[in-house]
Amino acid sequence: MSERSSVFDMIGPVMIGPSSSHTAGVVRIGRVARKILGSAPKEAVITFYNSFARTFEGHGSNRAILGGLMDFHTDDERIKEALDLAKEQEINYKFRSVGNANTLHPNTVRLFLKSDDGQTEVVGESRGGGVIRIREVNGFDCNFTASSHTLIVHADDQKGSIAFISDVLSHDDCNIATMTVSRKGKNDLACLVFEMDSGLKPLTLEYIRNLNWVRSVIYIPDIDQ
Amino acid sequence: MSLLFDSFEEWRTYCQEEDKPLFEPVLRYEREQKGKSEEEIWNGLGKAYQVMKDAVQTGLTKEMNSYSGMIQGGARKVANHPVPVLSIEFQRLVARALAAKEVNSCMGKVVAAPTAGASGILPGTLVTLQEIHKLKDQTILEGLLVGAGVALILEKRASIAGAVGGCQAETGSAAAMASAAIVYALGGTVDQAFNAVAITIQCMLGLVCDPVAGLVEIPCVVRNASAAAIANSSAQIALADVSPVIPVDECVDAMGEIGHSMEAKYKETAEGGLAATPTGQRIARKVLIQDIEIMDDEVSEE
Repeated sequence: MSERSSVFDMIGPVMIGPSSSHTAGVVRIGRVARKILGSAPKEAVITFYNSFARTFEGHGSNRAILGGLMDFHTDDERIKEALDLAKEQEINYKFRSVGNANTLHPNTVRLFLKSDDGQTEVVGESRGGGVIRIREVNGFDCNFTASSHTLIVHADDQKGSIAFISDVLSHDDCNIATMTVSRKGKNDLACLVFEMDSGLKPLTLEYIRNLNWVRSVIYIPDIDQ
Repeated sequence: MSLLFDSFEEWRTYCQEEDKPLFEPVLRYEREQKGKSEEEIWNGLGKAYQVMKDAVQTGLTKEMNSYSGMIQGGARKVANHPVPVLSIEFQRLVARALAAKEVNSCMGKVVAAPTAGASGILPGTLVTLQEIHKLKDQTILEGLLVGAGVALILEKRASIAGAVGGCQAETGSAAAMASAAIVYALGGTVDQAFNAVAITIQCMLGLVCDPVAGLVEIPCVVRNASAAAIANSSAQIALADVSPVIPVDECVDAMGEIGHSMEAKYKETAEGGLAATPTGQRIARKVLIQDIEIMDDEVSEE
């Protein structure tokens, strides 16, 4: 049985219109992608799939995704002006529409982002009511909502790594809610995604980051904070 | 026992046995199930009501033109028209519901209540109710809690999403929430509030979701005004102790059953009804992006 809604799902969320799946959810996907990149992108190629492909202009999803990339919250009235604001912030953006991607959720968006420090590719779904699911980060399959605290660890595929990191998290008094693990191949690069009930201390993140078999650590606290 | 808002009967029994006002179990639900403090809840409701009032104000004073061109400041025209059909109050009710919903269509800030497509109904009804009866803000916030309780049951037993249950699930749910809030705020009994919900649902049953070009504009905006009017007519009927005959929980189940058997083309897919008319199709061709790449093979491989 799914968890019952809150009073503030019924009287809320406070959001920029017109549609929770086409604006609020898309803003949140943009915010996640920016957090994964680590800074504002210089270049952004944004592909809208399926149902999104035809309606992204009419519903303002193009403004919503750029708003998210500029770290706006879902109720930020600047979202309406996001196309101009992104130009002012020197974000070089390009939109693409792809129909008939039958394997993807009807409301899917793919972001390819570049900054001075690096690049990232994120695929997200907007599932209605502002709820999102991130399905892919840098080519790795994943499955998280970003509504709790999320930790993404890229590490060498070696035995004991999952147990080690979950042990470190438990020492920070942190309960793991969900977890997905994937890898490029045996003994190759692996991707671990943890969704946690509470946040992590900077010290814990620093410790994980310094493990010699860990390649990168991305920490995304509650995306609406 | 933890109250989970599965039925109106359960809610009614709780209020009678515990001798509590209608909003109290909703407050308790949010405290116990969601771990929020009473202060957080009232503050959150206060913020939501302020956003609703601001949306009404914005829609009545600023230029409201949507990207598609289908919405062009209808609320202001209604508000400024010299001929009130019934009364100034009715004219304001209609203008306010349109105003908040136009703000939604034009990428302004609104409260999804229960959804973005129905975001004009509670602002239109509650702002007008408060003005006419000079109600305290606290009474309106209690009314919002009552409305939230109504929506929790509708979500559980039917649906509040147009894509699942058609327009009856969105504007119908919002009108049901509003009618219960109106009856509560005017001092009606628990039975009268629930009868208002039942009557509202009876009036909204079967409404399909057929948005032109798939956008939240036509007919969503005008349906926010009509739903606001129905919330008021239902409250008027219920306050006079007129029975809906079919009990409220059974009305909700009927809404669920109708939504379930509704064809997909009437559930937000923009393939039936107004969206499928020649004019609707012509607007869709003009507004929607036609330059779509087909890259099925590449995507399927991933």
